[in-house]
Amino acid sequence: MFGGGGDSGYKKLSTVNRRMFFMTAAKLVIFGGIITRLFSLQINENKKYLTLSDKNRLREWRLPPVRGDFEDFFGNKIASNLKVYQLHVVPEQVEDFRYLMIRLRDILDIDSKTFKKILKKRSQQKSWETLIISENLSWDQFAKINFYLHELSGAKPVLSVARNYPYDEKFTHLLGYVAQASEKDLIENEVIKKSHVPGLRVGKIGLEKTYENQLIGSNGIQRYEVNAYGKRINQIDFVEGKKGTNIKLTVDTEIQAQCNELLKDKAGSICVMDIYTGELIAMHSSPSFDPNLFLYGISHDNWNEILNNPKKPLINRSIQGLYPPGSTIKPIVALSALENDVISTKFKVNCTGKTEMYGQTYHCWKDTGHGIVNLRDALKVSCDTFFYEMSRRLGVDRLNLTAKKFGLGEKVFNGTYNEEKEGLIPSTQWKKNALGRGWVLGETLITGIGQGYMQTTPLQLCLMTAQLANGGFKIKPKIIYDKKSDSYEKIKAEMEKNRIDLLSDFQQDDALVDFSLEKKKRDTDLYKPLYRNQENVKFVLEAMFASTNEVRGTSYSSRISDKKYQFAGKTGTSQVKKITEIQRELDLDISQIPYEERDHALFVAFGPYVNPRYALSVFVEHGGAGSSAAAPLAKKLFKTIIDRHEEREKIREKSLMEI
Amino acid sequence: MFKETALSGQTTFFQKLRSLDYILLACILILGVISSLAMYATDGGELLYHTKSHVLRFIIFFVMMFVLSFLNIRFWHATGYLFYIIVLGLLIWASLYGITASGSQRWVDLYFINLQPSELMKIAIIVCFAKFYHRAQINQINNFKNLLIPMMILILPILLVVSQPDLGTSILIALSGIIVLWLAGINLKYFIYSGLLLLISMPFVIAFLKPYQKLRILTFFNPDKDPLGAGYQIIQSKIAIGSGGLTGKGFLKGTQGYLEFLPEKHTDFIFTLFSEEHGFIGSLALLFIYGVIIYRVIDIGKNARSFFGKLFCFGFASSIFVFITVNMSMVLGLLPIVGSPLPIMSYGGSSMLATMIGFSIVMSTKIYQKQLIA
Repeated sequence: MFGGGGDSGYKKLSTVNRRMFFMTAAKLVIFGGIITRLFSLQINENKKYLTLSDKNRLREWRLPPVRGDFEDFFGNKIASNLKVYQLHVVPEQVEDFRYLMIRLRDILDIDSKTFKKILKKRSQQKSWETLIISENLSWDQFAKINFYLHELSGAKPVLSVARNYPYDEKFTHLLGYVAQASEKDLIENEVIKKSHVPGLRVGKIGLEKTYENQLIGSNGIQRYEVNAYGKRINQIDFVEGKKGTNIKLTVDTEIQAQCNELLKDKAGSICVMDIYTGELIAMHSSPSFDPNLFLYGISHDNWNEILNNPKKPLINRSIQGLYPPGSTIKPIVALSALENDVISTKFKVNCTGKTEMYGQTYHCWKDTGHGIVNLRDALKVSCDTFFYEMSRRLGVDRLNLTAKKFGLGEKVFNGTYNEEKEGLIPSTQWKKNALGRGWVLGETLITGIGQGYMQTTPLQLCLMTAQLANGGFKIKPKIIYDKKSDSYEKIKAEMEKNRIDLLSDFQQDDALVDFSLEKKKRDTDLYKPLYRNQENVKFVLEAMFASTNEVRGTSYSSRISDKKYQFAGKTGTSQVKKITEIQRELDLDISQIPYEERDHALFVAFGPYVNPRYALSVFVEHGGAGSSAAAPLAKKLFKTIIDRHEEREKIREKSLMEI
Repeated sequence: MFKETALSGQTTFFQKLRSLDYILLACILILGVISSLAMYATDGGELLYHTKSHVLRFIIFFVMMFVLSFLNIRFWHATGYLFYIIVLGLLIWASLYGITASGSQRWVDLYFINLQPSELMKIAIIVCFAKFYHRAQINQINNFKNLLIPMMILILPILLVVSQPDLGTSILIALSGIIVLWLAGINLKYFIYSGLLLLISMPFVIAFLKPYQKLRILTFFNPDKDPLGAGYQIIQSKIAIGSGGLTGKGFLKGTQGYLEFLPEKHTDFIFTLFSEEHGFIGSLALLFIYGVIIYRVIDIGKNARSFFGKLFCFGFASSIFVFITVNMSMVLGLLPIVGSPLPIMSYGGSSMLATMIGFSIVMSTKIYQKQLIA
């Protein structure tokens, strides 16, 4: 018998068969369940999983946009880009972040301070945000990373570009600089937000910031098929990014470099301008700092050094520094007096070294006095006593109008530099509004010699000089070169036409034209005369010539007798502190006065005297007397400026031919 | 009775050859081809190590199965306990001197092959129980002695495998054994009692689980919680299968596998890769082949005259079914991830060896279906 046999055997068989039947039924149901699941995943949710699968395998890399360059008038790159290798990690895509970090630390030899910094940065970021481990891998490090890459799942070596300023500190204030985009940058600028990639550098100040949207360029996009470890297998797609616009400036690197040299170890500013086209040839503020330091996040030490420098390198003195113009304002005071017929050119004052007015003693810079001086002499020797008397007759409000017309007390580059300051040209109305007190007549006297409330930027003084030097016509200062802008010849012709127009309707002109400060009006006034009678302007210019080129002139020692380089200028020495009687008597040498209390040295000039083309302003903070500290710098600079002129004209002609 | 015995004894080799189950053989061969192609796909469309050794193993074990099919069913009956004891011995050996890989001591080095005895136990337990119940009287099956002995036979290897640790295989061994026990006629109430007991002891069991095992179970309930950790496998597997769609991405075109998003794609997740490349239709076809195999094994069992053969076939069919469903449910995200290969398809010598031995016993049952065992 089989297996046990009999009834029992039969029962055993029927049990196993019956149970197997149930089993089989259960199997069918379970198979059905599996098929249902398959159906739901593969048919119903196919789209969802296809997308997920593509998301898995396709990864998009947005490449950092390539920033546009800055170049000078001669085509020298003053801000460009360098290729750099970086290492990025997206913590979310890393299985074991700590392990990866420790491996990277060992491979890249990251010091513990930097390592802690990276970990700290990680804790402040979201896990899907790219963490930059190194912004500038050396070639060795880059090669090593690529060698170990298969073990470093999640680490991405990236080829990137970084800003480079080949002239180091020479253009810092003029250009500004870039640094890593902050949250604030992203919020404030849609364009930055749109092209943002981790580590993107954006302009923080200066032209770099102002022209951000033109400079930034557009991202390149790389689409790769990647494996589970993030390793790129195939490139599927590549969209090339567009480099940002290159911006050509009107400045001349050589002159700018010389400005740097001249102001070395000093605090101050030099501005040079074309008196017809308004092109800025150079604008330097000293001390400066190396903008390349900011590229990879400035180190604590470097930052402290900049911050704690008593000469304050972060201030762009050319446009941000407000100083009393001192005697450099005198040409405008003289012009204002002539234009308003307050005095004639024959008007004389006896200077005894001091004068009593309104119960106060007002001193001339020369204790022994200048004797009897006329207007020309007063400008030439910078006689304060003459200007006290003249401004008393002129009044501050009329002076205010003339000064403003010539560019003082308002921004020269309206909007180009966020940090630009307006300065202040006082008036009776201004004082009432701002200080709530009435104008004191004595204040007019010190305003007439560029002290008191009056504050101007070195660039404003440069513009003022330029607008005097071109014969008294309104120009538009610019720093961005534009081929389409008016040529020198056209501007000159326009000015001549406007000059003749003014002469013909001079008769019905009763007083000075009231100039509105609105920008629109400013533009329509371009190349229009700022004077009532051009003879007055010419008189002032001639007096400035005397000041530099005649014996006893304040800047006589800085003169150049060669007609080609000959320039005319006006010195200025502006007081930082009211001089006490004791100090006056002591007549201390500059080295005996504490630095902060020393006078500012200023000098404004234009040249060549015959057919002038350029104007400049030199400002040396706490430099002492304008004649000894500022004017000699201008002398050195004028040689270069005039020598570079021919070069400059050649380039201009060439660029005009290209149109 | 005597006559029939004599008759079978006189069966010629040719007759034996003719009585082989060719549908079953064909299905196994087809599976072998499919699995080799799938293995080729996991190797990224190159003839690499996994593919070569899988094909080689399949050929060797298939031939072995074919040869062993001609062994009399009595041989398997006679050596039933021995088989179990040898495998148990190997398990003990493994736990003492075994080779450790990825934190688990599962393999024994037999010089010509690294064997995973726990895989063989999946079959040995069925053979052992089939022999045990072959003799047992139906009215004695539920008495204490006849409950205790199988219990011991089952628990011993399970404890050994759990301690390796290998939760997946021990569960599969337990399931195989329990199914055979139930088929043999043990009263359902005992299963319910032990089930309740297990449920009560669950917290204590969980306390003994390794952290990674606990994580797997937790992850199963919420895979998205830790998408790059333990839930990664389930998510990636679902993405692969789901993105396959109706007809699949095409042979060698499964991006998930090719780009290494699939873990364990040679072994436990081979179905995922297959399903990604061949879609719903391909998966149905594979299920159909498995269905036919299970059906054939059950049918052979039905026609077997010996209770040993019958119970083995039923048990084997059921355990193959369990292996398939556990594996598929796992990769489809219906069950937690526990190591469980897909019979024949998955890479792994021991699993294939065990399955092939099972098939040869089934085949032997078919050839000697009229054979009675005293």
